[in-house]
Amino acid sequence: MRIGYYPGCSLLGSSREFDESTRAVLTALDVELVEVPDWNCCGASSAHVIDHTLSLALPARIMALAEQAGLTEILAPCAACSNRLLSAQQEIEQHPELKAEIARIIELPYQGTVKIVNILEVLDRVTERIAVKVTKPFAKKVANYYGCLLVRPPRVVNFDRPEDPQSMDQMMKLVGAESIDWPFKTECCGAAFSVTRTDIVAKLSGKLVEGAVKRGAEAIVVACPMCHSNLDLRRPEINEHLQEEYTIPAMFITQVIGLAMGLDPEKLGLQRHMVSVEFPVERNIPAAAGAQA
Amino acid sequence: MSSGTHHATHADTLAGRIEEATGVKLAHCYQCGKCAAGCPVSDQMDLTPCQALRMLQYGFPELDRRVLQSEGIWLCLTCETCSTRCPQEVEIPKVMDFLRSEAVRLDLAHPKSKDILAFHRAFLDSIEHTGRLYEVGLVADYKMRSRHFLKDVMLAPKMYFKGKLGLFPHLIKNRQGMKAIFKRTTGKAT
Repeated sequence: MRIGYYPGCSLLGSSREFDESTRAVLTALDVELVEVPDWNCCGASSAHVIDHTLSLALPARIMALAEQAGLTEILAPCAACSNRLLSAQQEIEQHPELKAEIARIIELPYQGTVKIVNILEVLDRVTERIAVKVTKPFAKKVANYYGCLLVRPPRVVNFDRPEDPQSMDQMMKLVGAESIDWPFKTECCGAAFSVTRTDIVAKLSGKLVEGAVKRGAEAIVVACPMCHSNLDLRRPEINEHLQEEYTIPAMFITQVIGLAMGLDPEKLGLQRHMVSVEFPVERNIPAAAGAQA
Repeated sequence: MSSGTHHATHADTLAGRIEEATGVKLAHCYQCGKCAAGCPVSDQMDLTPCQALRMLQYGFPELDRRVLQSEGIWLCLTCETCSTRCPQEVEIPKVMDFLRSEAVRLDLAHPKSKDILAFHRAFLDSIEHTGRLYEVGLVADYKMRSRHFLKDVMLAPKMYFKGKLGLFPHLIKNRQGMKAIFKRTTGKAT
């Protein structure tokens, strides 16, 4: 399988391990990733807050470049990027007069034919390959945290269920993990307020961490760089707010799958987390099934 | 019926401008409150989404102004919980985006929007020049704009040693194209 790849800015820097683990896992599953040539930032939250047309033009440029490169599909692992790409694509589609205007702004022909897919959708296509390659089941209790933009708004992303989604839960079952039942699957982590309103992130992400720990989870599994950052990088602020010392790791879904497939933890970027990916050994699980920080 | 002399036509109201710009019809809101109930930050807002929409439905300039001056619109996380749950499918995040840009345009933005705007402008500044976000540049630019010099300073070395902080920007080839996109949309460098 061959698919266009749009890493986005956070996968180059603050969530580098998401890029590393995605590439490692998909390569091991015989999925070839073709990076969109000369891709630009999708604009994330900032573009749509400041200028609406800009928030359409930036994703349009990315999709136009993909079209030019002959790519029919783009995998955008970052939930914000995939949401922005889908949103822009739909809005341009619904307002045909915009198409010509956008093409003029980006100086590229734009058809709007590229299909945008998220990481879970791609993984879902290769479940049989994954099942065959699971050699070290990730026998832990996990809290699957979907966040906001993967599943909302439903009319834009058209993926899974906006309340109580199941795609990650099913994937975790496949790799031997036990998903806890918890009510915070799609509760916002605090999103782009990481820098400007860290107090809000501490409060919202704090609810998630505490909610997971109190229900016996040993790891929080995520598929969004922003969520990961808020749960990992901002853990000191969370712990300060909660007056606790929670050490539960936040892991990208591709890291969990990679571990289950026996891939080298370093190739999955586990050492890059602020909250060490370590597990208590009391359940006597073979060392290889856990991860060394 | 109210007299035509003190009742603005829909188009002259903020609600009218919202409909013109976004297609969203605020009249569809029947005040069920699901938006405010699901909003993760509504407990911190001076005006919840539900209240803001009600005020805009009147079409009174004083109420329009109060909404534009509110802090609530800046706390919106664009998490899309409200729009997902709204039984009338009112696209509140789109309304929020429009209200924010109107507030800035009319110089009515709440004082607490300063840092949030500084962040977004610093972000766009970065991508305008290099095509992709340069995190070091973003933080430096944000600190200059917001004057929060000491915040998060200890994060940088930590991130650097984890290999997550590129010291150099990623430069795309067609940076001219990016600048042109910005010129044609925001109309100026941020």
